[in-house]
Amino acid sequence: MATEQPVATAAGDQTRIHNIGYRNYDGPRLGRAYARRSLYSQSLRGAYGLGRSAKSKILPMLLFVVMCLPAAIMVAVAVATKANDLPLDYTRYAIVLQAVISLYVASQAPQSVSRDLRFKTVPLYFSRPIETADYVRAKYASLASALFILTAAPLLVLYVGALLAELDFADQTKGFAQGLVSVALLSLLFAGLGLVVASVTPRRGFGIAAVIAVLTITYGAVSTLQAIADVQGSTGAVAWIGLFSPITLIDGVQSAFLGATSAFPGGVGPSNTEGAVYVLVTLGLIAGAYGLLMRRYKKVGL
Amino acid sequence: MDVTVIATESLSKRFPRVTALDRLSVDVGPGVTGLVGANGAGKSTLIKILLGLSPATEGRAEVLGLDVATKGADIRERVGYMPEHDCLPPDVSATEFVVHMARMSGLPPTAARERTADTLRHVGLYEERYRPIGGYSTGMKQRVKLAQALVHDPQLVFLDEPTNGLDPVGRDEMLGLIRRIHTDFGISVLVTSHLLGELERTCDHVVVVDGGKLLRSSSTTDFTQTTTTLAIEVTDTDEHPDGTRAVRDALHARGVTVQDGSGLPGAGHVLLLTASGEETYDLVRDVIADLGLGLVRMEQRRHHISEVFKDSDAERKEAVGHGN
Ligand SMILES: Nc1ncnc2c1ncn2[C@@H]1O[C@H](COP(=O)(O)OP(=O)(O)OP(=O)(O)O)[C@@H](O)[C@H]1O
Ligand SMILES: [Mg+2]
Repeated sequence: MATEQPVATAAGDQTRIHNIGYRNYDGPRLGRAYARRSLYSQSLRGAYGLGRSAKSKILPMLLFVVMCLPAAIMVAVAVATKANDLPLDYTRYAIVLQAVISLYVASQAPQSVSRDLRFKTVPLYFSRPIETADYVRAKYASLASALFILTAAPLLVLYVGALLAELDFADQTKGFAQGLVSVALLSLLFAGLGLVVASVTPRRGFGIAAVIAVLTITYGAVSTLQAIADVQGSTGAVAWIGLFSPITLIDGVQSAFLGATSAFPGGVGPSNTEGAVYVLVTLGLIAGAYGLLMRRYKKVGL
Repeated sequence: MDVTVIATESLSKRFPRVTALDRLSVDVGPGVTGLVGANGAGKSTLIKILLGLSPATEGRAEVLGLDVATKGADIRERVGYMPEHDCLPPDVSATEFVVHMARMSGLPPTAARERTADTLRHVGLYEERYRPIGGYSTGMKQRVKLAQALVHDPQLVFLDEPTNGLDPVGRDEMLGLIRRIHTDFGISVLVTSHLLGELERTCDHVVVVDGGKLLRSSSTTDFTQTTTTLAIEVTDTDEHPDGTRAVRDALHARGVTVQDGSGLPGAGHVLLLTASGEETYDLVRDVIADLGLGLVRMEQRRHHISEVFKDSDAERKEAVGHGN
């Protein structure tokens, strides 16, 4: 009795203080597809720090500038010297700047998925109409799009510059298109690998380190082995070893099918048959990454 | 009850090593319903099944007339959920976070912003809503968690231990807010707690589970009448060297059964009796005043669920007998 009275009045006061008229919502509820699109655009913006703190804008923006700067310089040089070709092929650009791309994936994949895991926000998504597949697709598509923006923007700079320098239009357009296909594939592959690794750990720092390891250590190992194989004259092995790191995988695909010059030792990329294996492995990895993400989030549930 | 908001039928959930829910059959109507049980009783498990996120091992359940096994997405569009654990990112503001969650529930951008502003105000967050959540007190965080569950104007909300970690004032404010979710917003509520005492005041109906089994489901008025136990301790005087005994005899004479408070602190000096409403308090007060004794304490002993249901088996059986 003694304890109940004051509580009743406290609750009553509360009612009076807050009672400013509750309005029911009878507008549209746009459902899963809309929620997925919203998550996609929020995550894509987030990948460049938009809608986040000023501090989180620094790294992605900086990497974007670093990625585009060489292209701008090349274009300036080409225009000034009236060169008859760009110093670097469209397809080679991403390969040369792979470290910047890896750093971007390593920083943004964990921010995209580890945060939701670490702060246990995931259950809030799945208590809504949105389902595992919606979440995974939105996250995958947003990081792949962010990477495409990062890798295609410098190609666009090169292309516009090439046209300004009045280089051969047909030639340049073909090269640009091949470059775009190549970076699209690279974006899908890197986003998938980055997200799978990052989604395993709620710890952001660990995620960053693990993504860097997967992208760069494999490259280091593969190119070392390739160099050894090349020196020993087993040229056949060079192509097969290239299957084991993401960036050499892309290199192989584009030198087989997208008219790129290979960065493999000896400058010889995979043959067409070997190239077909490269394409299959690349697509397999992309599909596998999606499958693993689905499995991971099925488990997280609530 | 004409409308059923939640209905379960022989609902079971077995994990490899534990049975979290054991053939639970219960009907819940509109209003505020408390789901009470000790740690591990199966409260959170029940909520996950009702959200259509975790399949039941056997039995069936409906929420708002929709089968949880097949209509999970439709249910989740119409209900809100506040988890028991932390779920807020520290580096965004309450406004940004709740707007995002509103859009995840399908609200168009403008509606999401308007409803976020309204909802945060209704739960009592004002200027601070533009600051990063990381700097909020536990009470404020609980309000943000509540706001994200309400922002899409659901027909029903599941609140999993919303008073967790709050001080007594914060707890009372949260309970007041929960009451208003039904009275002012017209939203039905299923709220869990391991404290029966705090839910009795807030809820229209209380469901008690223990070890995944239904122990009792009844309206709170029934509850208070049958289960309130009073603990009384009095002083001795020259006239009554054993005051405790004198009170017991006097109460006996008036037909009130009294037990010794054996096992309680101050055993031998504590009397326990079942209060059946306001009259009991008055009676005790009068008896003690007539004897000229001093009242050391008189308190309700029904705050922890285990005391109500586990202290005495007889009482427990009686309690179950009152269930549905
Ligand atoms: N995913 C799971 N796997 C195995 N056992 C589980 C799982 N989830 C819950 N349990 C077990 O089921 C039982 C009921 O758990 P539940 O979380 O529903 O209890 P609760 O009533 O919410 O408890 P609390 O008050 O601690 O939140 C517990 O014994 C718990 O260990
Ligand atoms: Mg629980």
